[in-house]
Amino acid sequence: MKLTKEQYSEIYRRHTNKSNLVKDCLWAFFVGGTICLIGEFFRNFYLSRGLSEQSAATAVPITMVFLGVALTALRVYHKIANKAGAGTLVPITGFANAVSSAAVEFKAEGIILGTCVKMFTIAGPVIACGTSASIVYGLILLLLD
Amino acid sequence: MKLTGKTITFSNPIYINSWASAVGSKETAGPLKNDFDLTFDDDLLGQPTWEKAETELVKSAVKTALDKGNVTLPQLDLVTGGDLLNQCTASSFASRDFSVPFLGLYGACSTMAEGLIVTSAFIDGGINYALCEASSHFCSAERQYRMPIEYGSQRSPAAQWTVTGCGAVLLSNKPSNIMVTRSKIGKIVDLGVTDVSNMGAAMAPAAFDTINEFLKDTGTRPEDFDLIVTGDLAQVGRDVVIELFQKEGIDIAPYYDDCGCMIFGDQDVHSGGSGCGCSASVLCSRLLKAMEEGEIKSLLFCGTGALLSPTTSNQGESIPGICHLVELRRV
Repeated sequence: MKLTKEQYSEIYRRHTNKSNLVKDCLWAFFVGGTICLIGEFFRNFYLSRGLSEQSAATAVPITMVFLGVALTALRVYHKIANKAGAGTLVPITGFANAVSSAAVEFKAEGIILGTCVKMFTIAGPVIACGTSASIVYGLILLLLD
Repeated sequence: MKLTGKTITFSNPIYINSWASAVGSKETAGPLKNDFDLTFDDDLLGQPTWEKAETELVKSAVKTALDKGNVTLPQLDLVTGGDLLNQCTASSFASRDFSVPFLGLYGACSTMAEGLIVTSAFIDGGINYALCEASSHFCSAERQYRMPIEYGSQRSPAAQWTVTGCGAVLLSNKPSNIMVTRSKIGKIVDLGVTDVSNMGAAMAPAAFDTINEFLKDTGTRPEDFDLIVTGDLAQVGRDVVIELFQKEGIDIAPYYDDCGCMIFGDQDVHSGGSGCGCSASVLCSRLLKAMEEGEIKSLLFCGTGALLSPTTSNQGESIPGICHLVELRRV
């Protein structure tokens, strides 16, 4: 029996379970929403303690990054992410997890060649693409103005 | 040895004298928990790094296999070993203290079957004692092939879980209950699967090719064997193999299972287990135990491997699969 790549593709795709999109979306919505709710709670808390809008907008990400790193250190974040998917990936806690998980993981290879070199393995592309995109959007905005 | 087609029949008797398996915490929580020789609740095995932990796993399995076979290290004429780490360090570092002739093998997850073939060929050629081992560790593999352990991401439904485990088999020309009789070295088969989260699909055509060619070469059918077992195709690959045989007019399903489906229960491992340690630890626990007890009298052990690297998959290459077959018989 000789199978072409196309014929084989049809066979194995039939046996491969698909992700349950509805379930994944619901998980992402509720977990991601909960993270945002926690962020909102902290914003209101900081405002009530007398911080300005601008200072609160700085304090909230700092708090959320701290929580993301803390949950990574406690080995909890990846367990939540396994169910929540984009719900834990998109908020800033996901960015904190990406940097801290790599930093901790590669500590075994030394502070410089391990932690420092590998820390941005996952987050690096996000920073590079994010910065590039913001330059492009900034230029477009400038031209439109 | 002599060849029928590309199937090797060993001329001299080759016996499996003893074996041992050492596994981590998730495997210990699985359905084969009572069959393993050594189980470790701490996946670091008291070591500072995952790589050192895997080396410890290898050492403990090798020592246990030797103890069970009443053979000492200096009696060994050859050790073959392989794992998934870059440059096969788990095996070679474990062998550092052994001071025994060592051959490092890389067949990805097919390494145990590859090791059985190589050691059997050497015993057929005249050496007395040989030991083959293969290992993998979920954490050392994960950080090399995928993401840091603590990184939060969602796994694909077809993804497999790398087994933390090692299996070691001691072979010799000294009589025992289990013999290695025939083998088939697999060809590399690549039907264009590029999805690294679907290794089972990538390897299944190689498994079909090797088993089917073996059956043709030897004039046998699946019912001539108590069990035909593949290494780590898991649920997706196993179902594909069954369908490929159906297309060939052969119903393999009643005689067929996969180590990747056997090692874990309902443990959120998606398609099933994978890694060199998957087929190695299942062979060195449930399968050889069943042969020893006479429950299985003839076994086709078919180690399957996906011969990719993170570099090749990033470059868009498809995944070449391989499957080596070893026939074991109870005497």
